[in-house]
Amino acid sequence: MIELLVELVLVVLVLAGSGFALIAAIGVWRLPDSLMRMHASSKAGTLGGSLLFFAVAIGLGEFDPAVRALAGVAFLLFTTPIASHLIARATYLLGVPRDPSQVRDDLEGRYDLAARVCQAPPEAARAATSAASGGERPSTGAGGGAA
Amino acid sequence: MSAVLEGTIWLGWAMLAVAFAVGLARLVVGPHLPDRIVALDMLALTAICAALLLALASGSSTYVDLALVMALVSFLSTVAFARYVEWVAFRRARQDRPPPLDHADD
Repeated sequence: MIELLVELVLVVLVLAGSGFALIAAIGVWRLPDSLMRMHASSKAGTLGGSLLFFAVAIGLGEFDPAVRALAGVAFLLFTTPIASHLIARATYLLGVPRDPSQVRDDLEGRYDLAARVCQAPPEAARAATSAASGGERPSTGAGGGAA
Repeated sequence: MSAVLEGTIWLGWAMLAVAFAVGLARLVVGPHLPDRIVALDMLALTAICAALLLALASGSSTYVDLALVMALVSFLSTVAFARYVEWVAFRRARQDRPPPLDHADD
């Protein structure tokens, strides 16, 4: 009975893990621009890899490889967001053209590539400073002024 | 190992093979540098999945270590490639007439 249950869980985990890896590949092939491709590869790929790590942790039936497999899951969950964030930033900085369906760019004009800084646009900075000074006037200056 | 699990692992091999072929196609087609890095990252993850399937099929825990090392190496290589692309972007910002984006890396 227990063996049957373990095997059922293994079958589900292996199918789901390989299936999510396949979905990641299909997303990388079909999605229209690089940021969307990064999104498909990072999310679905991490899920597929983690499910297969879980399958190995259950399926080998020993303590030692199971701990290593769980460490592998933790490692994937820690590193993949960092890697995909770095790829996304590099993609944005390189200025790769985006799909026409993407109509809004909140970072427009904020990156100064020559000075290598990212800052708020002038009007937002002005609004922030005026709001800060407006909030400071009624108070007696005890807790404000952090800017 | 029962026949059902064996068949499932074969099915997993088939899906991973299709995933690898599709990712390889994206790696070749491009069209830009970040697309290729994303495809390479995905191929490394598919290879990790293949190592894990191998661990399940053979019952040997050595392949788990292989998968862990491949995860580590793929993370480091992705970080290095991303830093390189940022460096290319900074260099293009300094150039008067940067080369077309398809040839941004040469």
